[in-house]
Amino acid sequence: MDMDNSFITGKLKTRFTESILSIEENSDMLTIVVAREVIHEVIRFLKENETLGFTFLTTLCGIHYPDQELQLGVIYHLHHFSDNTRIRVKTFLPLENPVIATVTDLFSAANWMERETYDFYGIIFKGHPNLKRILNVEYLDYFPMRKEYPLEDPTREDKDDRFFGR
Amino acid sequence: MNDNRYTTLNLGPTHPATHGIFQNVLTMDGERIIDTEQTIGYIHRAFEKIAERRPYYQITTLTDRMNYCSSPINNIGWQMAVEKLLGVTPTKRIDYMRIILMELARITDHLICNSVLGVDSGALTGFVYVFQEREKVYEIYELLCGARLTTNVGRIGGFERDFTPEVIKKIYDFLDHLPKVLRQFEKLLLRNRIFMDRTIHVGAISAERAMNYGFSGPNLRAAGVDYDVRVTSPYSSYDDFDFTIPVGSQGDTYDRFCVRQEEVWQSIKLIRNALDNLPEGKYFIDVPEFYLPPKEDVYDKMEALIWHFKIVMGEIGAPVGEIYHSVEAANGELGFYLVSDGGRTPYRLHFRRPCFIYYQALPEMIRGGVLSDAILTMSSMNVIAGELDG
Repeated sequence: MDMDNSFITGKLKTRFTESILSIEENSDMLTIVVAREVIHEVIRFLKENETLGFTFLTTLCGIHYPDQELQLGVIYHLHHFSDNTRIRVKTFLPLENPVIATVTDLFSAANWMERETYDFYGIIFKGHPNLKRILNVEYLDYFPMRKEYPLEDPTREDKDDRFFGR
Repeated sequence: MNDNRYTTLNLGPTHPATHGIFQNVLTMDGERIIDTEQTIGYIHRAFEKIAERRPYYQITTLTDRMNYCSSPINNIGWQMAVEKLLGVTPTKRIDYMRIILMELARITDHLICNSVLGVDSGALTGFVYVFQEREKVYEIYELLCGARLTTNVGRIGGFERDFTPEVIKKIYDFLDHLPKVLRQFEKLLLRNRIFMDRTIHVGAISAERAMNYGFSGPNLRAAGVDYDVRVTSPYSSYDDFDFTIPVGSQGDTYDRFCVRQEEVWQSIKLIRNALDNLPEGKYFIDVPEFYLPPKEDVYDKMEALIWHFKIVMGEIGAPVGEIYHSVEAANGELGFYLVSDGGRTPYRLHFRRPCFIYYQALPEMIRGGVLSDAILTMSSMNVIAGELDG
């Protein structure tokens, strides 16, 4: 089987019509942006449709664009082993209501990946069996990878470092 | 589970058999494991966040500290990811040098994993044999870059220095000596009745479940899936070489041991091939924006001084782009998802850390087994705490 981008996008467009928000082929792999309402269906379609069969979830991670209207993003990388095709699926959600359907029922691997994304970006995966922090301490009350928490500027001068020997 | 019939047992966080700082809260019925809950994150260092502030060349040192048993693979994987973003292609010599280093790292990683598996099943001797060999690889690293564990070897665009004749001699010596030790090691364990009884059918996982759990590397291949990034998406001229990908059938601890062992043999072959055919050429390519100029030039050439200053101060932006690059690290597919907005640092950098993804399958693999088997299963999965926690 040999899949090219137009075959995959054709399949997705027929099935999901206007829920596919954009398709980009310029970067290193086919990238599609979908509406968050259909994300679970899209991933299921990519995995279980007999002509597609992306059966391996490579990564799942979050991203934060503070300047966008839909600030938070979730990015899925799927892999078709026998055809060696990769696809990147993105979806964006608003900061006030960062809820998205889980894909743990499709991929067991998504369990910790979603917990990590929740831990760092506060994205809530609806239907996740055990959505709690994984790498950070449980009592942390913010989501540290969001852009409003910058790392300390190494050139700042207003801090008294005498006691730290710096 | 709050049930009087069951005992709760804390395995870790600092128990030596847990191979690092992570905890398993086991629910036990006598010696049988009913369930387990994993707690990780004890050495989480927020590399992804730190990377959002650091110029590209400084992120190499972060990757060292993920899988510290095979740092060169992490270093070089990251450098190749940046090169992919920049759209530059290294020379054949760089590719071959990288293969040599990455395969050396793979050998050390597999030796550690397999010998420690022996230790966990009560066979300490093999561990001592192969650790001497690991020491030799560390001496090679030391000659090459001055460091042993957290190597920070290589640069974006090549290497900081060429292989000296001394390094090449040391690698050849290592290759000549290792097979002897490896055979002794295999004699101790591979057909050892006790070791086989302890590992066969222990901690098994089917190919389908392994795929679903996002397994990669030797753990996935032990389950019978012949997926290796070096072959499916060859990077760094791996397609120039002829090597075999060992595949298991049961996905149990013994298969994982055998797959790793065979990969060491394949790596020896690969290194020898690459070293014999090491092409002439430069050990770095022309990317002045990212490759630090040679120190001698910095002292007496104006342009080199300017580039040196700009790189060190992190004034140079990378092109806008979004890439995913993966390499076959010692324990699976190590991926770098890099989003650049054109700034001096990545906008977002996500590491696909193979350990983190496959370690979550542990409860399913040890459920119903006994405690001592759980230790072996964990050991054979090669979970490295640094990589697990990121």
